[in-house]
Amino acid sequence: MLKKFMKAGLAATMALSLAACGSSGSGGGSKDASGKVYYLNFKPEADAQWQELAELYTEETGVPVTVLTAASGEYETTLKSEMAKSEAPTLFQVNGPVGLASWKDYCYDLSDSDIAKQLVSEDFALMDGDSMAGIGYVIETYGIIYNKALLKEAGYTEDDIKSFEDLKKVAEDITARKDELGFSAFTSAGMDGSSDWRFKTHLANLPIYYEYKEDGIDNTDAIKGTYLDNYRALWDLYINNSTTDPSQLSTKTGDDAVSEFVTEQAVFYQNGTWAYGDVMELGDENLGMIPIYFGVDDENEGLVTGTENYWCVNKNASKEDIQATLDFMNWCVTDEDALKAMCGGEGAMPSGETGMGFVIPFKKCLESENALVNIANQYVEDGKDPITWNFTTMPSEEWKNGVGSALTTYAADQSDKNWDAVQKAFVDGWATEAQAAK
Amino acid sequence: MEKNIKKYWPIFTVPTMAAFMIGFVIPFIMGIYLSFCKFTTVKDAKFVGISNYIRALQDTIFRHSFWFTAAFAIVTLVLINVIAFALALALTKEFRGTNIFRTIFFMPNLIGGIVLGYIWQLIFSGILGPMNMALNLDERLGFWGLVILVCWQQIGYMMIIYIAGLQSIPGDVLEAAEIDGANSVKKLFEVTIPMMMPSITICTFLSITNGFKLFDQNLALTAGEPAKMSEMMALNIYNTFYGRTGWEGVGQAKAVLFFILVVAIGLIQLRATRSKEVQQ
Repeated sequence: MLKKFMKAGLAATMALSLAACGSSGSGGGSKDASGKVYYLNFKPEADAQWQELAELYTEETGVPVTVLTAASGEYETTLKSEMAKSEAPTLFQVNGPVGLASWKDYCYDLSDSDIAKQLVSEDFALMDGDSMAGIGYVIETYGIIYNKALLKEAGYTEDDIKSFEDLKKVAEDITARKDELGFSAFTSAGMDGSSDWRFKTHLANLPIYYEYKEDGIDNTDAIKGTYLDNYRALWDLYINNSTTDPSQLSTKTGDDAVSEFVTEQAVFYQNGTWAYGDVMELGDENLGMIPIYFGVDDENEGLVTGTENYWCVNKNASKEDIQATLDFMNWCVTDEDALKAMCGGEGAMPSGETGMGFVIPFKKCLESENALVNIANQYVEDGKDPITWNFTTMPSEEWKNGVGSALTTYAADQSDKNWDAVQKAFVDGWATEAQAAK
Repeated sequence: MEKNIKKYWPIFTVPTMAAFMIGFVIPFIMGIYLSFCKFTTVKDAKFVGISNYIRALQDTIFRHSFWFTAAFAIVTLVLINVIAFALALALTKEFRGTNIFRTIFFMPNLIGGIVLGYIWQLIFSGILGPMNMALNLDERLGFWGLVILVCWQQIGYMMIIYIAGLQSIPGDVLEAAEIDGANSVKKLFEVTIPMMMPSITICTFLSITNGFKLFDQNLALTAGEPAKMSEMMALNIYNTFYGRTGWEGVGQAKAVLFFILVVAIGLIQLRATRSKEVQQ
């Protein structure tokens, strides 16, 4: 629901952006630097923190920094209109190789920048040929978040769930005793626009990951759908063991799932580290996260870790602005206050507000206070293979929407015919969309 | 007086003209030019000829959305106007509370399309849920859902226009018809409706163009689900523009085609109803 209202608020955002542009031009009473920074932020949940950080930077250096946050799901829309303005963003984001395809003509080569030297690994740079087009600035992880207390009440612990088969057994057992226990296995797998990305994008990452891994590739124009049966099995499990009748999933929202989880109506909730703020009221001791066991290599499967947040610098900006932007980026990942704001949790902002709680792939990254992040780190320490984020190679939004729609139809009527439609959207749709995006 | 107008005309016309140029004419011309280009932002367009139009016309979903929209426009045209006219007739009769009823019928029109879409989505889910159905699983349900929503929103508005029209019919004409022995049905079809043609022209024009241009309600109520089967033309254009990398120009080409279509239909409709208008 939130996302939808955000959409409604798009017009308001646009109006705001106009105002923001006007003010950034006039605020140029700088002490020593001549450039200015205009950051178009992708993460609505971190908007307040970025605004504060921008102010802090201006106070310290005199360089005006404007931060505009696009409404959830409206980043591309906002970016397209902002980029056409004379006061275009100097710092913007792309979500990966597919996003880069649209914007590569705007990306400044970051190879020699200071911030590139701060990266812990070249893997977090987004390359366009030899040019470093983007730098991933936050690493995120998702899996199945679960409520430890409820799982215990149902008679299980995390040790009982080590594979897809275990997960299935536990979930189906909880469903069978649903009335007696008073809660369900999964939160509703809502297919409303505010929630469907968890399945059409994040869950769909798993069959793509395993297929890429098997074929030894990291991108393709023609997906084969080798692991779609596993995808189906998992989707069946989600929809048939949730709080909601499968035919009603099409209208369930992301907020519905969150509220079911925090009011203890369900044990499992597929989401990631960014959702910590939503679920923290259950208490860190009650929160756990397990891999989305996919039935391929469950023994070694870890959580799904990656980034779809790459910083890019607008190469069409003036030289001074580019330099100012590079300085600002570098400051964000080296300055003590800024690092605290980016990595810290409660009270990490200079004003005492909660920090962004990011894990950042830079040398000076601080330890996170996000309980889910720490769980994710534990998995890596235990030697599990983190699954990479391959959904950034999905050919287009159209493809995701096609798969999402087919999944919704299948949920309401779980026939083989409807699953064929999902397969068609997944495999044929990929080929068509990859072709169309050429 | 005339001298003053000669002297001060820029004060009255220039702001409006400027707004019209900036807000309509310039974007419109840019839009036509961009429909022949490949671009990411409107400033870096590269001319590619008519390939965008070819791709737009090859799109089967676009064609489907045309028929869906056309059916929708016709159904709502009839429903809105018949019901609004009937309400206007009823609420110009003399009984207590007509003003209250007029206000109540008009009120839905004051709520924005997105909000209405979500309100009705909740209502429809509430009704269809227990029957194990959902609006965005069946294109026919989506269609009728949209029809109900738009009728609910626009009937009140059209009703107000019809009431104004009814009130301007001179009483002596009706009285004369009555003395000549016309019954109420005859009076309605032979006197009232012909006298109302100017209002009918406006209302049919508004409802048919609104039907074609519908966007917010479509986005909020069904978002084109299932699988774009309830996607109307405006939403299809929006999704084309933003859904794929490199398809901005195709979206733009669709928008130009859409413009031509709406203008053509509007003109035909105006001509058809205008010709039936009578002098009072």
